[in-house]
Amino acid sequence: MRHRRSAWLLSVVVFGYAFLHAPILLLIAYSFNESRLVTVWTGFSTHWYQALFANPQLLAAARLSLAIAAASAGGAVVLGTLGAVVLARLGSFRGRGLFAFANAAPLVMPEIITGLALLLLFVALDRTLGWPDGRGALTIALAHMTVATAYASVIVRSRLTALDPSLEEAALDLGATPLVAFFLVTVPAIWPALAAAWLLAFTLSLDDLVLASFTSGPGASTLPMVIYSSVRLGVSPQINALATILVVAVALVVGLAAWLLRRRMH
Amino acid sequence: MTGRRGLLLALPAAWLALFCVVPFAIVATISLAESVLAQPPYTPLLDWSGGGLPAWRGGLANYGLLVEDGLYVGALASALAMALAGTAGALLLGYPMAYVIAMARPGGRAVLLMLVILPFWTALLIRVYAWIAILANDGLLNRLLSALGLIEAPLALLYTPFAVWLGIVYGYLPFMVLPLYATLVRLDPDLLEAAADLGCRPLAAFLRVTLPLSMPGVLAGSLLVFIPAAGEFVIPDLLGGPDTLLIANLMWLEFFTNRDWPLASALAVTLLALLVGPILLLQRARGDGA
Repeated sequence: MRHRRSAWLLSVVVFGYAFLHAPILLLIAYSFNESRLVTVWTGFSTHWYQALFANPQLLAAARLSLAIAAASAGGAVVLGTLGAVVLARLGSFRGRGLFAFANAAPLVMPEIITGLALLLLFVALDRTLGWPDGRGALTIALAHMTVATAYASVIVRSRLTALDPSLEEAALDLGATPLVAFFLVTVPAIWPALAAAWLLAFTLSLDDLVLASFTSGPGASTLPMVIYSSVRLGVSPQINALATILVVAVALVVGLAAWLLRRRMH
Repeated sequence: MTGRRGLLLALPAAWLALFCVVPFAIVATISLAESVLAQPPYTPLLDWSGGGLPAWRGGLANYGLLVEDGLYVGALASALAMALAGTAGALLLGYPMAYVIAMARPGGRAVLLMLVILPFWTALLIRVYAWIAILANDGLLNRLLSALGLIEAPLALLYTPFAVWLGIVYGYLPFMVLPLYATLVRLDPDLLEAAADLGCRPLAAFLRVTLPLSMPGVLAGSLLVFIPAAGEFVIPDLLGGPDTLLIANLMWLEFFTNRDWPLASALAVTLLALLVGPILLLQRARGDGA
């Protein structure tokens, strides 16, 4: 299909990409600005980055965010894979429609509703079972896991659907138990999808403000929560520097995930 | 084998029930309670104090308040209108982008696609924050416009409904482009060739062949923007002003500032009730919730 691309079409698309990327590129540029003023360029400096690493509150929030992201991504990959196997391999069963719906619901639900619902769940569990005993890192991680599981399940399922089921069947015919066949045949074939799902679940958790705000307790502030409370006080070059680090880290992780997903299946 | 199937199903099903179904039932229940100064700040729905059978203490008072107080109805209407306007903006900008990506050569396509996927995964908080420095009265856009001699006094852009609309188009553009691209890239190029062979001009071929065939993508993309945008909190909070209080801002205010959890729950239930139609439509458009 060879099209004479009109100048009009091209200019709309160039505008679209500029619109999508210029704000973040400007934010990155101004994180190296010497001045405290965020919109006047006075000279190149890295002192806002140095200030970040001297801020114990930020470092503690960063450590907490990374720990929550790693743990919730791990849980999300395990549960998302189970959900994907159920939907891709079990065929039909009673309640399949409801299962598929609940599995995908967190993908589209406005975060503010999910956040409130999960908080109320944790409060109700606390009152009836005495668990999770207050709110903090654990409840934030569970909330992130809930949403990330839905994403992980979509990623793993598309890989499972593309995988020839006769490989697993051959292993079963040769006497492997389903569990052995899964770990020796399926997992080696779909591992790039598992790794990509983990990476993307990790970035979801690292980026989240709304779910964490609802499900956090006193003393547990993630990086986005710290950024949000200082953003409310106004734009500052130090926040630009912190945002730059986060944006670059996420870009590297997403790039790696995309590369894994593009690899040919063997 | 059935036993094994049951075992495989049990864990994810139990997880989904506990974290994706029960929480919404709890929200609906608590929306019927009353707010009190206690820990947790709502009244129990069953009163056991009378001995014997408990008395039911729930009611629709919170919903009555929502209907009577124009503030909530207004915020709900503005949220839906803003989400609709944002969806229209994202469609107008996103369609040409998805079209060009789908028509690009494979190498260029991967790069163009990656440049849409990257913002999808970048924190919305940071992406929206970046606009404050651009839209402020002494921001980059006003400086640029006055340096070009186009304006004499700075334009008031930040903290306006325009800024919120812009933020929604910007924030959710990737949600529009990706499903549109997925539909457009699967279109059979022979169809357009056939149209051209039969004497159809490119514009007419687009309107009569490409556009109708891409409607599933338009629908999926529009719903993927509209549903989360209707409950969007960060964008109106950072870019909006007092006259752009959307439903999510009120929910946040009721929950965190006024600690009125039952009222916040009633707002959540109302918003969800309005979105359940679009959500079901989206699930059907994408097939089996994938």
